[in-house]
Amino acid sequence: MSRLIRMDETGHSTLAEWTAHDAASVEAAAAALREELDQGYFAVVSRGEGHAEQVRELPPDAPLVILRRPIAGG
Amino acid sequence: MAAEAAVGGRQPLPELGSVYWRPVVSDRTLRRSGRLWTLSAAAHTIPLLAAAVGLAVLNPITIPVGLILIVHAWVIPELYAARGAGVVRRRRSITSGPELVALGLLGDLVAHDARAFLGRSGLVIERGKLGVWLVAEAGALLVRPGARRVNCYCVRTTDPDLPPADRISHLLLALRADETGFATVANMAFSGAPWRLRRRLPPERREALAVAVREARTLRS
Repeated sequence: MSRLIRMDETGHSTLAEWTAHDAASVEAAAAALREELDQGYFAVVSRGEGHAEQVRELPPDAPLVILRRPIAGG
Repeated sequence: MAAEAAVGGRQPLPELGSVYWRPVVSDRTLRRSGRLWTLSAAAHTIPLLAAAVGLAVLNPITIPVGLILIVHAWVIPELYAARGAGVVRRRRSITSGPELVALGLLGDLVAHDARAFLGRSGLVIERGKLGVWLVAEAGALLVRPGARRVNCYCVRTTDPDLPPADRISHLLLALRADETGFATVANMAFSGAPWRLRRRLPPERREALAVAVREARTLRS
């Protein structure tokens, strides 16, 4: 089961769960992702130690998609 | 320029759009900015030392003034180093529910060794193309290959309500997604020899810097 999570003040919240062969769950997760992107979040897929990838659409095969806020120089 | 950056076909950090006027950081630009920091430190120090010596030679009665100048020559670089150390200062220590949840996610993002390192130092160690990074909740240190220089970056997430571990996760994910973009978005607070920074750090972070320095020595400069 893949998960879409958002880092927030609770630590993180699970927004959607899907399996690649269940089209309805993938579509629901993709819609949830689009909604968060519209709110200003960025989506990142962790690709193992040392690697991560910015995504604009839900990769159905990814086990975990993480939503983060923008960063800025302090 | 930053907004046009694309890194090896990978998506550049979206935040680069907010610093479009900055040239994208590379190994070459880091070497150049390092040299500029050294020149700047010399420009702050050498005239004061020269004036102190010159005054003493011209008239020994001015030696007290010369001593004040020498103190200035010592204090100014120290203040810069202190500013650099400030980027990895622990902001607040929280062990409440949200922080434990956030720590669980951060723990999942790093390997076993890095997790133990995080537990000891509160920093995530990450080996990149530009050097060895130590990521904190509101900044990061970059020990350059060869370990002769460390850069201190002030960078943070824009959400003030996140638990500290989530702040580190934000920076770590951005760094992993686009290392040069991350270094471009961040503001450099200090660049200099690791020993100048070391004595300004609390003990657990000093130990973390020592580990990063050892690892950076194995990288080709």
